[in-house]
Amino acid sequence: MTAEEAVGRIRSGMTVGIGGWGSRRKPMALVRALLRSGVGDLTVVSFGGPDVGLLAAAGKIRRLVTAFATLDSIPLEPHFRAARERGEIELTELDEAMMMWGLTAAVHRLPFLPVRAGLGSDVMTVNPGLRTVTSPYEDGEELVAVPALRLDVALVHLNRADARGNGQYLGPDPYFDDLFCEAAAEAYLSCERVVATAEFAGAGGPQTLLVKRHAVTGVIEAPGGAHFTSCVPDYGRDEAFQGAYAKAAADPEAWREFTRRFLSGDEERYRAAVAAFGREGA
Amino acid sequence: MTGGVTRAEYCVMACAEAWRGDGEVLAAPMGAVPRIGARLAKLTFAPELMLTDGEAMIVGGDPEAVEGWLPYRAHLGLVTGGRRHVMMGASQLDRHGNQNISCIGDWKRPVRQLLGVRGAPVNTLNHPTSYWVPRHSRRVFVERVDMVCGVGHDRVAAATPAAARFHDLRCVVTDLAVLDFATPDRTLRVRSLHPGVTADAVREATGFPLDIADDVPCTREPTPAELRLIREVIDPEGAREREVPS
Repeated sequence: MTAEEAVGRIRSGMTVGIGGWGSRRKPMALVRALLRSGVGDLTVVSFGGPDVGLLAAAGKIRRLVTAFATLDSIPLEPHFRAARERGEIELTELDEAMMMWGLTAAVHRLPFLPVRAGLGSDVMTVNPGLRTVTSPYEDGEELVAVPALRLDVALVHLNRADARGNGQYLGPDPYFDDLFCEAAAEAYLSCERVVATAEFAGAGGPQTLLVKRHAVTGVIEAPGGAHFTSCVPDYGRDEAFQGAYAKAAADPEAWREFTRRFLSGDEERYRAAVAAFGREGA
Repeated sequence: MTGGVTRAEYCVMACAEAWRGDGEVLAAPMGAVPRIGARLAKLTFAPELMLTDGEAMIVGGDPEAVEGWLPYRAHLGLVTGGRRHVMMGASQLDRHGNQNISCIGDWKRPVRQLLGVRGAPVNTLNHPTSYWVPRHSRRVFVERVDMVCGVGHDRVAAATPAAARFHDLRCVVTDLAVLDFATPDRTLRVRSLHPGVTADAVREATGFPLDIADDVPCTREPTPAELRLIREVIDPEGAREREVPS
């Protein structure tokens, strides 16, 4: 299906999980399609990067569930920062391990999972709904009960997929994309290239087959679909473009110009504008 | 060769010392000086340390050789298993060792949004944690942090006993001094001053009263072999000097 068709299944008010990590293998083409849609008022669950930044800048996030937002090579995500400082988004700030166990609880259809992380920290203070749970065994330890992070929709980007929704990652880290897909009622998987199922075996070992088709609702072929984040080994992060994004984000006039140039058309226009930007720098 | 040791080189060496005696654990440094320090420790007195490439690979004695795979979710397992000693940064740090990297001001609407809580809660509750502060100042060393990300001794004592089980704050290395929590009430004290730094300078740069013993030692001198490793092998481009200018 197309990115537009996938995003067309998302309704305002939904909880959307976004795969990748920071500025690494984010489903940016799907995020860009979401920017073009009329959908808003979203609860976004993400190990935050420019996905969070772009959606925050467009006013589409009501609540964000995350442990951080970063561009990696640029430590702070500028739009996330601005949105927080203007008080525009609600935040459920969790520790990274709590995020992982919250998604895992949802995958396993459990109401919560116990973790040590969070005790004594202000994660407990800023999330007054968090509860603890006491071990029924002789240790009697009282731990944090991280609630399941159930998702209406997950959006992830992988290197390869077949038409049925089996997804293969070829980089060094799966991140948490399989958890996002399995924690969601519907998952949309974009990939660099849709391949025949038989091609998986030649590209990597069986452990590269991260996402299973039962957990995927639709597959979108989106070459360059993680740009400007990294999608190793197909491509690294576009540092020059990310730098321009961060610079533009710091100034309203520059951001209007960035939006006009890169985000006011479809994905094809985005790619053409990025190619033109690359030629300027060369 | 020991002549002209820079402040950054004392800092590298002091960071390396943080991992001394840790055994076969993952050294997880955040920041250029701690990264150089961890490599220095591994190449000298702590060869059993494990290091990553900063992403998903564990790299062996030869920095080019991958000896293991540690993607994020396995890394979190290693954290909770306790075989790790992290040296994190701190936007704010108080005398009990509470650390903040999330935001400055009221959390509901911060004056300055920073990174977010990241893994600071899971780190501090599960394995040894040290801190690196490249610029020792009253902005960092505050009476009370705005958001407790890394958990300090007072907050652990007030929480359920499960919080204290693996809590272990080791040391704080700054551009001025090495500090630790070896006091009866587990609050910060100066363990050593870097050569050329006075006790008054550290007191002046700290936003709460800080006891410094009259006989507080100087941070030790790096050996000629350590200096050679820092300057010629680990950091020939001088990244350390950009983080701690001379």
